[in-house]
Amino acid sequence: MKLRRAFLPALLLVAGLLLGGCRHDELPFRLTNISGHMPDLDFKLTDDHGKAVTGADYRGKVALLYFGYTHCPDVCPLTLAQLHVVMQRLGPLADGARILFVSVDPARDTPAVMHAYVNAFDPRAVGLTGDARATEALSKRYRSAFTREPGSADGSYEVSHSSAIYVFDRDGKARVLATPSASHDDLVHDLHLLLDTGATP
Amino acid sequence: MKSPALSILFAGWLLTGAAHAGAADHVHASHAWIRVLPGNLPAGAYVTLRNDGDQAIALSGASSTVYADVMLHRSSTAGGMSRMTMVDALSVPAHGEAVLAPAGYHLMLMQANATVKPGDTVRLTLNFTDGSRLATDFLARPANAMDAGDDHSGH
Repeated sequence: MKLRRAFLPALLLVAGLLLGGCRHDELPFRLTNISGHMPDLDFKLTDDHGKAVTGADYRGKVALLYFGYTHCPDVCPLTLAQLHVVMQRLGPLADGARILFVSVDPARDTPAVMHAYVNAFDPRAVGLTGDARATEALSKRYRSAFTREPGSADGSYEVSHSSAIYVFDRDGKARVLATPSASHDDLVHDLHLLLDTGATP
Repeated sequence: MKSPALSILFAGWLLTGAAHAGAADHVHASHAWIRVLPGNLPAGAYVTLRNDGDQAIALSGASSTVYADVMLHRSSTAGGMSRMTMVDALSVPAHGEAVLAPAGYHLMLMQANATVKPGDTVRLTLNFTDGSRLATDFLARPANAMDAGDDHSGH
């Protein structure tokens, strides 16, 4: 038992070094580095053109994953507007990135609604919807969560949702996590690191 | 049901709003704007209220001929979750300010009966808890606007 207790941290350290070694990973991110701590980008949803898509369709792009819903008048549009500002600041590099806006309100957010919505913010934004199960699976995968608040008489309701933005590199690996209050400078900085380095095929 | 008592009450209410503005007399609104979203999605309205009076005053909501329903809300983030809650009133301290801005207090505008486009001006009547009111013109801004667009100091 004693031996094992001493051995385990050492083993973890070696494993960590090995993992760290085979990734060319040590990018000086300013935001919370989640490399190796979150699963790769993977989902089966419908995009805002009504096309079935998976995480693999966005390999080759740096993806910014954000959960929200269109009947959210304040925080969701603010976050998407901020991401638009960040994309503008990246200039032509932004073409290598996609904002993936996943609806946590599939009952109201159809691909058509999502299409008009995301395009009001940025041409590089994609609206993704799926049935409640697919959406929940994706949100659980990133330890994100959402709940539907009790509705009012007219059938309207509010959805509280995770406010984080998950950033994936061109290989679909989770790299950094940004909160909506993160500075634009930090987000631009970290996206530069991912867009500059990953400029392969 | 048209009772004389109700009519008098109604007339009194009109007078309160129009002729005698009450505490709202001391309130100046600036940076008033609406983030317009596509279709008939609810929109957020923002404004800075400055109270030059010696008494605190509280905003209770707003009304508009363009939107059937307006609610005073507050967004908050706790434990990585965003949520909205309804607010009964927002105090504007004496000789102080209250700011309705993205990710905080805002007016949620619902069920527009006309298309509101960026560049339009929409009049909202701000209602205060003492019954006084303040008609304020809000500038409709694009979905991806960051602010009222009237501040050239930059950020």
